[in-house]
Amino acid sequence: MDHDAILEYTDLSQLLSALHGRGYTVIGPTLRDGAIVYDEVETVVDLPLGYTDVQDAGTYRVARRTDDAVFGYAVGPHSYKQFLHPAVVSLWEATRTDGEMTIRTPPASGVKYAFVGARSCELHAIAIQDRVLYQGAYADPIYATVRESLFVVAVNCAHAGGTCFCVSMGTGPRATSGFDLSLTEVQGEGTHYFVVEVGSEHGAEILDQVPHRAASADESAAAERVVAEAAGQMRRTLDTDGLRDLLYRNLEHPRWEEIERRCLSCGNCTLVCPTCFCTTVNDVTDLSGQHAERVRTWDSCFTADFSYIHGGSVRTSVRSRYRQWMTHKLASWIDQFGTAGCVGCGRCVSWCPVGIDITEEVREIRRADGALSAQP
Amino acid sequence: MIERTDPWIPESYHIIKIWREIPDTFTMELKPTDGREIPRFASGQFNMLYVFGVGEIPVSISGDPGEHGVLTHTTRAVGAVSRALCDLKEGAVIGVRGPYGSHWPVAAAMGKDVIIAAGGLGLAPLRSAVREIVAARERFGKVSVLYGARTVEDILFRRELEGWRARFDLDVYVTVDHADAAWRGSVGVVTRFVSRAAFNPERAVAMVCGPEVMMRYTARELEKSGVVDDAIYLSMERNMKCAVGLCGHCQFEQFFVCKDGPIFAYHRVKSLLAKGEI
Repeated sequence: MDHDAILEYTDLSQLLSALHGRGYTVIGPTLRDGAIVYDEVETVVDLPLGYTDVQDAGTYRVARRTDDAVFGYAVGPHSYKQFLHPAVVSLWEATRTDGEMTIRTPPASGVKYAFVGARSCELHAIAIQDRVLYQGAYADPIYATVRESLFVVAVNCAHAGGTCFCVSMGTGPRATSGFDLSLTEVQGEGTHYFVVEVGSEHGAEILDQVPHRAASADESAAAERVVAEAAGQMRRTLDTDGLRDLLYRNLEHPRWEEIERRCLSCGNCTLVCPTCFCTTVNDVTDLSGQHAERVRTWDSCFTADFSYIHGGSVRTSVRSRYRQWMTHKLASWIDQFGTAGCVGCGRCVSWCPVGIDITEEVREIRRADGALSAQP
Repeated sequence: MIERTDPWIPESYHIIKIWREIPDTFTMELKPTDGREIPRFASGQFNMLYVFGVGEIPVSISGDPGEHGVLTHTTRAVGAVSRALCDLKEGAVIGVRGPYGSHWPVAAAMGKDVIIAAGGLGLAPLRSAVREIVAARERFGKVSVLYGARTVEDILFRRELEGWRARFDLDVYVTVDHADAAWRGSVGVVTRFVSRAAFNPERAVAMVCGPEVMMRYTARELEKSGVVDDAIYLSMERNMKCAVGLCGHCQFEQFFVCKDGPIFAYHRVKSLLAKGEI
């Protein structure tokens, strides 16, 4: 663990084999329907070799690279949330017989995931969801089961996406914890290798099964340069100085109304966000009426139903829903969980159909700090 | 510490008794189907009640924490689940998860004057507190119960209110928003009783439950009467799905109403209540 190791590009497949051999279902980036999404990865060719992405507010495009980089892109619409905190999951099933009710939880799937290619922002997002779903007074047993058997191969970013701002949030681009192994991809004149850092005993065990050698000082330095370049490419920034109090004291800022004129309240930002954790439940029965099931699905604070109490919704205006979402991410999350709920991944910016940019909205509120809406 | 028991699984309870209190509001008494003891609870806490195949809702406990053996809930039939609950008969099985949330500061109010202010169904969780206070009446100073209902027909726990009013050691004020000519009682908002109730503001504790607007105005009146904002307690309501702080629905700015509330000291929520749609 003292020294970095070198994994040659040609041996990357061995790493995947080692993970498969240990019974892991390997999840990593793969190209599908014009986007780089997370899905099962069987072999190296399932990874988006030679692809990148071009992102801006309201824009995401996959493009060819001029080289064979394996991890030469930023994050797409998926996050690892969908595996740890599934979008649809059965909480329990109930059977009614002779006025009695029996409740059973579905058997655990037993699946063990290895995430390959998880970026630093993803690891921070997982750490944030850990605090919400796993480390509080109550833990979600579904999350806990998957989380506890998780293996993570992180990748340090060599390319900053057009909407990334992890440097501002202190969440990247270098992965510093939360991984078993981390890779930094280095390409040069006739060379293509990964500088490997071991983050856990498990990681060391897996690395032992894969051909590798000790990294030279030059090779380690090359990896450092790659990450520094990615950090330097980042165009967006979010000033977090006093951010929580800034938002708390500007709940009636006119900017919320200005956002309302653009926001479609579609909930895309909450679906792509790697930390958004809100869920709802649906109770269903079969035709006999004697068998019921409780199904949990992701929910979004952008729907009217989300805040419904007898008589109507608490947040009827789009202004109040966007305000709820953003102040939760950047202010109240800090009070609730001791960390902001934003990792600067930029997904909400790229995948907003009208290109609302959280970094710009914060800037505008800060610019007119204390301004009051004309509306009551 | 990580709680490893599954927080999603309800326990089975039988409905022992169910009756209508007023046209749209009913009370039910529940017992665990397997004969277990009911879990200990404190006045002001709530349970999640599940109707087979229909859904689950938060309902405050309206029974006395000192009264063992049955769990008592009172609620209004307004939504799909509460209507289905209301239609159930004695002997039916429902699911119960809980108790959850913060409670009324009954112990902290000992030795002090107490103002209980309720609007409509808000009397249900406060009945627990009143019963607890009445059971140890000598430990409290002056106790006033201020209650407002929409109409005369909507007066909840009428017989119990009359019983409290018959005591010489409780001041009970009842008012309605609308009444026909036959009503000889008070008409108007409950807040106006605040100035009439007898209490020493320097050693008073107020417990308030009702619609948000009623709580806001009552808290303001109490402050005008000299009660400090950290001696006033309100019971907040927001949409709830999980009751354990995991679903996100009940957020009230930095608070999760399910686990940080539902009972809050007024000074913690005062500035939020003044803003809309939080």
